[in-house]
Amino acid sequence: MAVRAGYALALLLAVVVLNFTLIHIAPGDIADTIAGDMGGATEEVMAQIRADYGLDKSFAVQLGIYLGNVVRLDFGYSFFFNTPVTSLIAERLPATLLLVFTAQIFALVIGVILGVISARRPDGLLSHFVTLLALFGYSAPVFWTGIMLLIGLSLMLPLFPVAGMIDVTLIDAPLWRQYLSVAHHLFLPALTLASIFLALYSRLCRASMLEVLGADYIRTARAKGLSERDTVYRHALKNSLGPVVTLAGLQFSAVVSGAVLVETVFSWPGLGTLALQSILARDTPTILGILFFSALVVIVGNLLTDLVLRLIDPRIRAGGG
Amino acid sequence: MAAPLLEVRDLGVRFTTRDGQVTVLDDVSFTLERGERISFVGESGCGKSMTALALMGLLPAMGQVSGGMINFKGEDLVTASESRMRQIRGNEISMIFQEPMTSLNPVFTIGRQIAEVLQLHRGLDRRAALARAIDLLEAVRIPNAAARIDDYPHQLSGGQRQRVMIAIALACEPEILIADEPTTALDVTVQAEIFALLRDLGAKLETAIILITHDMGAVAQMAERMLVMYAGRRVEEGRVADIIKASAHPYTRGLISCVPHITADATRRLDRLPEIDGIVPPITSFGRDACLFAPRCGRASEACHGGRPAQAEVAGHKAHSVACWHPHDGGA
Ligand SMILES: Nc1ncnc2c1ncn2[C@@H]1O[C@H](COP(=O)(O)OP(=O)(O)OP(=O)(O)O)[C@@H](O)[C@H]1O
Ligand code: SF4
Ligand SMILES: [Mg+2]
Repeated sequence: MAVRAGYALALLLAVVVLNFTLIHIAPGDIADTIAGDMGGATEEVMAQIRADYGLDKSFAVQLGIYLGNVVRLDFGYSFFFNTPVTSLIAERLPATLLLVFTAQIFALVIGVILGVISARRPDGLLSHFVTLLALFGYSAPVFWTGIMLLIGLSLMLPLFPVAGMIDVTLIDAPLWRQYLSVAHHLFLPALTLASIFLALYSRLCRASMLEVLGADYIRTARAKGLSERDTVYRHALKNSLGPVVTLAGLQFSAVVSGAVLVETVFSWPGLGTLALQSILARDTPTILGILFFSALVVIVGNLLTDLVLRLIDPRIRAGGG
Repeated sequence: MAAPLLEVRDLGVRFTTRDGQVTVLDDVSFTLERGERISFVGESGCGKSMTALALMGLLPAMGQVSGGMINFKGEDLVTASESRMRQIRGNEISMIFQEPMTSLNPVFTIGRQIAEVLQLHRGLDRRAALARAIDLLEAVRIPNAAARIDDYPHQLSGGQRQRVMIAIALACEPEILIADEPTTALDVTVQAEIFALLRDLGAKLETAIILITHDMGAVAQMAERMLVMYAGRRVEEGRVADIIKASAHPYTRGLISCVPHITADATRRLDRLPEIDGIVPPITSFGRDACLFAPRCGRASEACHGGRPAQAEVAGHKAHSVACWHPHDGGA
């Protein structure tokens, strides 16, 4: 596990350097934006701004300074939002984390249930339905799914709120009512985000369950006199989860990028909406900060996946460091 | 004489495939007394495992019993309900398999897998079942049992895993243990140990054993009676000593003659039965009214190709029967 954490850190460093380089190469910088906001500026003013932000130094020096700051979790100052980037992100990160992990759990739980049921009747109606759903969920653009759900379940049938994360009138209400409100707001965005992955997981779970059901130890379970239900849910399920969890881990980066779109559709106050605003504003420090934290979310997600795999399969526990 | 523990009569099994129905077992009959040990022998694909699975009520989905009866302690298992069969499986009739490496669930401790049958059939709570599992591990001669109970299957050798399978199978002290080629995947020395273990525990618990094997040496060492199968049929049945001394069926003779010193070298390993010219006919011809061994038999005549030989007693031997138009006689 220590080795894994080491890899993760190295990966994070690579991400930071790469992002910084890419942004550096892209034409235009903060000075241009500020000058634009001021309605044009002379060369001297531009140079002054560049000096203030350290943009006149060489690339290597800039990168070195930036890395030094990142280590202290200092991502600079966003002139656009007039706030330090770190506190800006700290404010938004929990919302994104909540969305991403809830969506993953939704997709996994529903996907596995559908997968298992359809594996027990590979030619049944539900099995075909899952196949169809997979095709649909994977090919429908996520913003389309989101808008459809919004129209259906918040406008036509007003079951869920249209936007935001919490009912602002509850600011003085007891904590549990606030939690409830967040859950209420969370449902549609999480479902939308989950829809891309749900069908993917259920297909894989179905395949892996079918394979496990043919295994020798399943024959042993039946020979013990266990019921079909115990055989499937006690003996087969745990064995068939490995591939699904692995896939979920690999999909973490896709879930995070999907979250950007979903947040925009549902005005979910997370990193995604922040990313959109800061890209439009060419707010380099904020963009870099967001990229760093998205990478961090993906990496932490992968570490969690490893942890879950270890819990499921004792052979991995013995094998890894 | 009291009724036997198990009486299988005219058991038939069919598979329903895309191309229609095929016969897999045709009129298989045998009896098993309490504590007795019988061995099923025959080349690959002759229906030994299917016979065992039919007894367990665990035929593959496409298979079904097409006739006959399986009388177990006065109850016909062919017509028994699935819930009744679940009470019997692992409790009154147990089975162990050829592949010890893959027959245990890799994600559960062996203690839990042994305890499970005791919780299921004996109503023990988890703690009592685990305590009993330690005793069982000791009984199957796994050293340091109390510590091994928390091991996962991958931490055990093949021989140890088969011992755990035996512990699971014998946990509820069943009346019948079916062992389907239990040592084929193991080293020679381990094979001998497993056989010794099966024999000792079977005798202690008065468990009757059905041993399915390719190893004629094991038959001689392990079983009192044997059932020779060919192409889904019983071709000869009798006491092992009688059959080895004077088998009546040409197929049985073929099997035995290729193992020169059966009794001298009892643990020697044979993956396959020794060669008899020709091969087992395709499964689609199992139901034909003829002796299915005829194409490979030196004694075959018109009668053999044209009709199914009836079961007949072999003169001079007790409970020795053969299905052949021209059997060898007892002495030869
Ligand atoms: N899952 C299956 N699908 C189709 N045919 C099968 C299946 N299992 C067994 N058979 C067929 O049923 C017949 C009887 O097989 P069975 O497994 O009982 O043979 P066996 O005597 O146990 O052979 P072996 O010594 O190889 O274990 C064989 O002809 C085999 O081809
Ligand atoms: S019935 Fe005929 S063909 Fe069949 S084994 Fe006997 S002699 Fe050979
Ligand atoms: Mg077999």
